[in-house]
Amino acid sequence: MAQITMEGLTKRYPDGYEAVRDMDLAIEDGEFVILVGPSGCGKSTALRMIAGLEDITEGELRIGDEVVNDRAPKDRDIAMVFQNYALYPHMSVRENMGFALKLRKLDQDEINRKVEEAARILDLEQHLDRKPSQLSGGQRQRVAMGRAIVRDPAAFLMDEPLSNLDAKLRVQMRTEVSRIQQRLGTTTVYVTHDQTEAMTLGDRVAVMRSGMLQQVGSPMELYNDPVNLFVAGFIGSPAMNFMPATVHGDSVTLPIADVRLPQGMREKLGRAEGKQLLAGIRPEDFEDAALTGDARDRGSTFPAKIEVLESLGSELYAHFTVTTDQQIESQELRELAEDVGGGEVPMAGEEGHIVARLDPQSGVRVGQESELWVDAARIHLFDPGDGRNLTIDATGPAATGRGQGPEGRDPAVPPREDERPAEGA
Amino acid sequence: MGHTSRERTLWSIGILVVLLYALIPVAWITSLSFKSPEEVGDRKFFSGFSTENYDVVFSDDTFLAALINSIGIAGIATLISIVLAAMAAYATSRLDFTGKALILSGALAVAMFPPISIVGSLFDMWRAIGIYDTWPGLIIPYMTFTLPLAIYTLSAFFREIPWELEQAAQVDGATPFQAFRKIIVPLAAPGVFTAAILVFIFAWNDFIFANTLTSTDNARTVPAALAFFTGASQFEQPIGAIAAASVVVTIPIIIMVLIFQRRIVAGLTAGAVKG
Repeated sequence: MAQITMEGLTKRYPDGYEAVRDMDLAIEDGEFVILVGPSGCGKSTALRMIAGLEDITEGELRIGDEVVNDRAPKDRDIAMVFQNYALYPHMSVRENMGFALKLRKLDQDEINRKVEEAARILDLEQHLDRKPSQLSGGQRQRVAMGRAIVRDPAAFLMDEPLSNLDAKLRVQMRTEVSRIQQRLGTTTVYVTHDQTEAMTLGDRVAVMRSGMLQQVGSPMELYNDPVNLFVAGFIGSPAMNFMPATVHGDSVTLPIADVRLPQGMREKLGRAEGKQLLAGIRPEDFEDAALTGDARDRGSTFPAKIEVLESLGSELYAHFTVTTDQQIESQELRELAEDVGGGEVPMAGEEGHIVARLDPQSGVRVGQESELWVDAARIHLFDPGDGRNLTIDATGPAATGRGQGPEGRDPAVPPREDERPAEGA
Repeated sequence: MGHTSRERTLWSIGILVVLLYALIPVAWITSLSFKSPEEVGDRKFFSGFSTENYDVVFSDDTFLAALINSIGIAGIATLISIVLAAMAAYATSRLDFTGKALILSGALAVAMFPPISIVGSLFDMWRAIGIYDTWPGLIIPYMTFTLPLAIYTLSAFFREIPWELEQAAQVDGATPFQAFRKIIVPLAAPGVFTAAILVFIFAWNDFIFANTLTSTDNARTVPAALAFFTGASQFEQPIGAIAAASVVVTIPIIIMVLIFQRRIVAGLTAGAVKG
């Protein structure tokens, strides 16, 4: 049990490439922190620096109260679960799980007791004498977990442990990982590129991009108050809809409609008057205008021709397109589009694709012109230049990462309670 | 698979040709070894059966001494060569250090010298430092000449082992040496045994070094000893006895290959990582 503190952690390769840049993150004792980001964002490198498998170029890493920068992996008291499990193929499940204990020269009875206890937690008791090659993917994954659990280490490090499982098993193991972590209360750092995993598992989520931390917070904080365009587009599924926007007086002009902004938001946008901005609207912040009830005054209605309707029973996704004559250029959006397939912005003369999540009671029909509603209070407005979210209080790092400091986020903010968004929201 | 009968026939004929090509000389030598001195020149494949030649061979002190020398020298050379090669191969396949390319090409260069071109100077050197006609005098050149082959073979195997396994071991608390010994070497066992067989065969079959660097039963190995073979009496053609001795020296190699072949199991790493 221990906290893990990273201060200015940097990984620079001999060719000058920086995989991780000036990373500050304080992980509390017993906390479950997720590092998430698209591939190549440095999340695995950061994890491997904590494990001691990568040298730290600059900065300081503390596990517990001790600086461990120069300690070998074996002296850091951490356990790691690898993406491809890395089970020892010539050893049985029992030997795999007991290997670390054997190296520590525990006596055989003690090893057996611990291994069997871990096997019971992971439901592996009947497989203890089999070889990894005789196990299914899910079982191998559990053995890899078991190898970490028996050690009772200061921290678990997990590098995309579920990415090799099929979809169904992944959901099942996700719950399992969460259950085990809560039961053991061991500090855990978990790396994934899957934002759903990040949202459902972690006490806190740290979003990374191009080697830099973008935002650290509870899943709900990231979802509701993304500090920049990247976090907004990366977190959430289906992704946030983006469209060009301009603020005029107390309303914002969107390709769909002119929307009157609430007073609070208007004040924050002070200097953005007339500037070309990017608006981000989450699918669930749209609604069928006929079903908005009392909330109708909070937003504006607009007509939309529904092209595709996807009904999942509990929710209804309506797809429609908007056109605009505004030209907007954003590096972050282009990267987002490449990374996660989101972040599509309608350009001048082009059609933009918008997804709205409606109440399943809605009566909208495919091909029909329907009256939809958008919640003005929930619109995010971003500066297309540096990607900052102009509608939240906190000033986070710009998504472009040029000349930003760690101001505006406190790495030591204790984890919030278990606030989690509804799955698929 | 669905082989047609035509394909099967062609395969069978092909295999038969290869087998005949490889085995007829062996069968001929074996047949010669069981002939009595009078029958040796009769040009028949089967003509009588006598173990006389084997009696001669096994009552010959020179041959028995040579057999012991061969087993000892080849065995020790193999052991040292494999241990050194394993460490060198591990270093070259896992670590990035300055001079790595130099070491690898240096190793290759060693193997490129024809033994005949250096055996003369070795003769002088060994006499000067006093290891002429001793076991070390043969073990050293055998080890030197087989190291490059062993290093290249083993590094190919080491490269196939997922690096994560070693990192997992390090995180589990193993020192680099423990990770090497308990994880990497067992997993590279097929490679270790392959390299061991190749090294052993080289040492066992070598004639040039054995003939030049030895002079007595002290260190003379079987291939060299065969050249000095005289048979039961000086007035007989020792063909039958040489044949018998040849059969005898082949047997350890066959046994060695058979033992190690069982360890060369493909797919030992199956199940380590997601396949």
